[in-house]
Amino acid sequence: MSVERAGPRNFRSALRRTVGAALLAAVALGPLAAQAGGPPTAKVNTTGLAVTDDTVKVGILHSVTGTMAISETGSVQAEKLAIKQINDMGGVLGRKVEFIQEDGASDWPTFAEKAKKLLVNDKVAAVFGCWTSASRKAVLPVFEQYNGMLYYPTFYEGLEMSPDVIYTGQEATQQIIAGIDWVVKNKGAKTFYLLGSDYIWPRTSNKIARKHIEKLGLKVVGEEYYPLGHTQFNSVINKIKLKRPDVIYAIVVGGSNVAFYKQLKAAGIDMTKEKPLLLTISVTEDEIRGIGGENIVGAYAVMKYFQSLDNPNNKKFVKAFKDMWGQDMVIGDVTQAAYLGPWLWKAAVEKAGSFDIDAVRKASPGIELKTAPEGYVRIHPNHHLWSKTRVGQAQANGQYKLVYETKELVEPNPFPKGYQ
Amino acid sequence: MFDSYSASELGAIFAMQGFAGLSLFSVFVLMALGLAIIFGQMGVINMAHGEFMILGAYVTYLCSHLVENYAPGLFGVYFFGAMILAFLASGALGMLVEWALIRHLYKRPLDTLLATWGLSLILQQLYRSVFGAREVGVTLPDWLMGSFNLTDMIEVPINGVFVMGLTILITLGVYLMMFRSSWGKQVRAVVQNRTMAGAVGINTEMTDRLTFGIGCGIAGVAGAAFTMIGSTGPTAGQLYIVDTFLVVVFGGAASLLGTIASAFTISQAQSTLEFFLSGSMAKVFTLLTVVGILMLRPQGLFSLKVRK
Amino acid sequence: MKSGFTLYTRKELISLLILAALIFLVFPAVLDVFRLNLVGKYLTYAFVAVGLVLCWGYGGILSLGQGLFFGLGGYGMAMFLKLEASTPEATKIQSTPGIPDFMDWNQLTALPGFWQPFHSFPLTLVLMIAVPTAFAWLIGVAMFKRRVGGVYFAIITQALAAILTVLIIGQQGYTGGVNGITDLRTLLGWDIRTDSAKFILYFVNGGLLMAALVACQFVRKSKVGRLLVAMRDKEDRVRFSGYDVANFKIFIFCFAAALCAIGGAMFTLQVGFMSPSFVGIVPSIEMVIFCAVGGRLSLFGAVYGALLVNWAKTSLSESFPELWLFAMGGLFIAVVLAFPNGLAGVYDSVASRIGKRRAAAPEGAPDAPPAPSDLAVPAAAAHRQPAAAAKDDEERLLLGGDRFLGKPAS
Repeated sequence: MSVERAGPRNFRSALRRTVGAALLAAVALGPLAAQAGGPPTAKVNTTGLAVTDDTVKVGILHSVTGTMAISETGSVQAEKLAIKQINDMGGVLGRKVEFIQEDGASDWPTFAEKAKKLLVNDKVAAVFGCWTSASRKAVLPVFEQYNGMLYYPTFYEGLEMSPDVIYTGQEATQQIIAGIDWVVKNKGAKTFYLLGSDYIWPRTSNKIARKHIEKLGLKVVGEEYYPLGHTQFNSVINKIKLKRPDVIYAIVVGGSNVAFYKQLKAAGIDMTKEKPLLLTISVTEDEIRGIGGENIVGAYAVMKYFQSLDNPNNKKFVKAFKDMWGQDMVIGDVTQAAYLGPWLWKAAVEKAGSFDIDAVRKASPGIELKTAPEGYVRIHPNHHLWSKTRVGQAQANGQYKLVYETKELVEPNPFPKGYQ
Repeated sequence: MFDSYSASELGAIFAMQGFAGLSLFSVFVLMALGLAIIFGQMGVINMAHGEFMILGAYVTYLCSHLVENYAPGLFGVYFFGAMILAFLASGALGMLVEWALIRHLYKRPLDTLLATWGLSLILQQLYRSVFGAREVGVTLPDWLMGSFNLTDMIEVPINGVFVMGLTILITLGVYLMMFRSSWGKQVRAVVQNRTMAGAVGINTEMTDRLTFGIGCGIAGVAGAAFTMIGSTGPTAGQLYIVDTFLVVVFGGAASLLGTIASAFTISQAQSTLEFFLSGSMAKVFTLLTVVGILMLRPQGLFSLKVRK
Repeated sequence: MKSGFTLYTRKELISLLILAALIFLVFPAVLDVFRLNLVGKYLTYAFVAVGLVLCWGYGGILSLGQGLFFGLGGYGMAMFLKLEASTPEATKIQSTPGIPDFMDWNQLTALPGFWQPFHSFPLTLVLMIAVPTAFAWLIGVAMFKRRVGGVYFAIITQALAAILTVLIIGQQGYTGGVNGITDLRTLLGWDIRTDSAKFILYFVNGGLLMAALVACQFVRKSKVGRLLVAMRDKEDRVRFSGYDVANFKIFIFCFAAALCAIGGAMFTLQVGFMSPSFVGIVPSIEMVIFCAVGGRLSLFGAVYGALLVNWAKTSLSESFPELWLFAMGGLFIAVVLAFPNGLAGVYDSVASRIGKRRAAAPEGAPDAPPAPSDLAVPAAAAHRQPAAAAKDDEERLLLGGDRFLGKPAS
């Protein structure tokens, strides 16, 4: 399962490495090299990354324009907060972290283009970014070719395990299986109606959900997909009424969400009555702002993080986030996962004692973060995070109330046997 | 798929499904009316129509915020005021755009398409800069939410009924304006023969500006109404534009009746198909059918018989 | 061809050489491989823009669905590359090895029939161009034979582009869905991801573009080209002269579609993946903008337009990510309002003004206003002489002349 990369990928990077090392060694011999604060640059950066004696450059790559800007703004804010906090604590290996922000513009080739710019031109030591699966798929070959490290924050469909990515969100099985087990055990659910936006994450997630439901001997009574941005859900709501499922399993995303929940409520489906009960893995506190708390009250969400989590780490995080970005901010699961990125990178760099991508990659498995707002997390050798899965119930004020969390950390399993 | 249901259950489902079709119909009519006026009467392709709608939605959002914070007593009725403000805001912006942009392009209808596309990009970014990239939620008065219980099974969403009522009202208003007011006469005169209309003393420039403004204003009202069923975000307007144009073209460009008939056909087809097929495929089939029919009958369902 | 047919005038030949020098010498000399690859990507859009010059600028047919053909061409190439990348060895962790990864995720156990031809490279090359062209032919026959044109044609093509997007996204087991077809590695065993491959592909792309430009120029100068202009300006007169107007329109539309398909295929090769986001409405309109900015009547202008707009997009979004939409929107409006003939129009009027000034200088008239023939002729006046309309020199007079009248209507 473990992902490691042996040796230089190609001649070019080997050459770059040698030349870089030679140059930096020359600098390090100079009288100014022995700076206070951190180990000498020549030691921590043998591959020509943008690391100087007192700074290190990283990239932030999200959409700030286009349709995805809605979702990605929170991640950018969280990453900037984490970087600021890291700098306030003295930086990484004695070097201040500087970020270069690029706009993916909700356009996948633009993501690939900007990723390449960050890696090739700016030589950043790590990139925090991407949101949709499509953007990740687009940048992946770039990261593999130029040997970069991406910290990807979104919960996603799994089926991927790249040595160049650390997945700080949950993969599908972590979210889905625990959630379905909970609803079956505690709410006595027997029949499910699966509903989603039409793209890979909802489809793959529903596939896993369906397999799991059928394994438990229960029934899926309907499965539906609507194009992204669809705003008329009356027909499917009628179908749901006709089938009378115990659980509506909804993975609707983006603007469609707002339409879906408003119409669900208007059609007289009261989610607080829990018959049918609504279980979602796609609505974070961020989305509720658009939907309106009163329209989704009573629905259950399965995630690893809610803003309302009651622990000291989280209280500190929420306060810092609001102080930096405004008191009316809300924090969703992905925002928190994005916040973990810089911290996990810092821990890996410090463990490796080097900014080199290969060293960081080698050091990453087993890295733990006790200060994570969601509690304790640890990097699995498959580059995903061990994390707890939680169920929250939406409140009218737009927050989730925690109703269940797994006792143990759930193991990430991006290629689940028997679910494909 | 209907085996295990009783007749009354089936009846209820069909009734609600019919209602779903009707509410989609009213959404289409609201979207398309403004466009039908602008495109049908003036020949201008307004790609920024969706953005005018979203302006109406943002105005509603602002109103709901202001009223919630400063005059909570009026919250129950603010929506009506918000709709009027949405009409005025979008209408005023429309007239401004007509003055600055559109009036230079009447001879080049295809170029209005490009220019208004540019405008729509600018408006989108403007909304994003002012209101943020995130979607905003509009709080609605309680009486607009929920549903009427006609029987145990049949539940009719109140906001759906509200949108329908609004649609009827606006359609009636447009009809009266177009066919019973002197402004309507002027518009029609200008459409039929601009030079002659000018010669008999009609201020054609002002007529154009008003027509464009009213078309955009109606888009604003539609946007206000859509806060009840959809989302308000900087790019939400773009989602509507293709559907809207198809409705107008399918109906026959210069005919208001055609627009309504085509909105009815498309909405019923789509909501029925959605019931039997998956959502994505329903959309593909509906659009393909519309395009297919348009290829056979390019003038649309209804068309004015004029000599070319 | 009749005697006296010259493909390129001397002036045009110089323009062609300048463009060739720019593409083959200047860019490779001054840009690193990363930027050069970007330029290569922009130049794939130039195929579309050049096709639009013929189709829209000369034929008067505005298609808002060029992304459809671009996408079909790109997908054709992507399917071939994906099959090559999905060898049973490379995909042995899948439940069904040997099929593309996204099919496996969607529980497909065998390669769908319509993918089979894409195992063969020659067949791919044929289909890649033939499918979009056939599609264009179908649309063309259905529309032009019934004399649908102008705005209606634009809206219907736009709807078709939208439909194809929904279809591709909805059928993700067969098409890769919204992620598209990604992770393309080799072309006939040759790794297309390396810098040297990118370098070579850039030149292949440039060469193809040059060939496309020459082919377009040939069409433009031929009788078809002249008829197109005549049709655009007075369709009925051409029809009454005994020409079947629809066939010419169908031809030029198919021709433009084939160019789009080549552009799409080169796009896939250079960018390394294909996704539905290049098929839909937004990219299709953007492609029209490239053409409009460059000048809808100038083949060279279209290439520069594609380069300039994309370059502006990249660099603006690098330095001012939150402002580039303002700039783009403003650019569109400015081009339509002030420079209806785009960069090429500006270049022409400046060039002719300088020429005039030089000629007029001895008489001491430094501020000679542009001659009346220079853009200021009202469109109506030009319409009165459709015969003259076929002359290249006067083509640029035909668009947007009325803005000088100051009134929307006359």
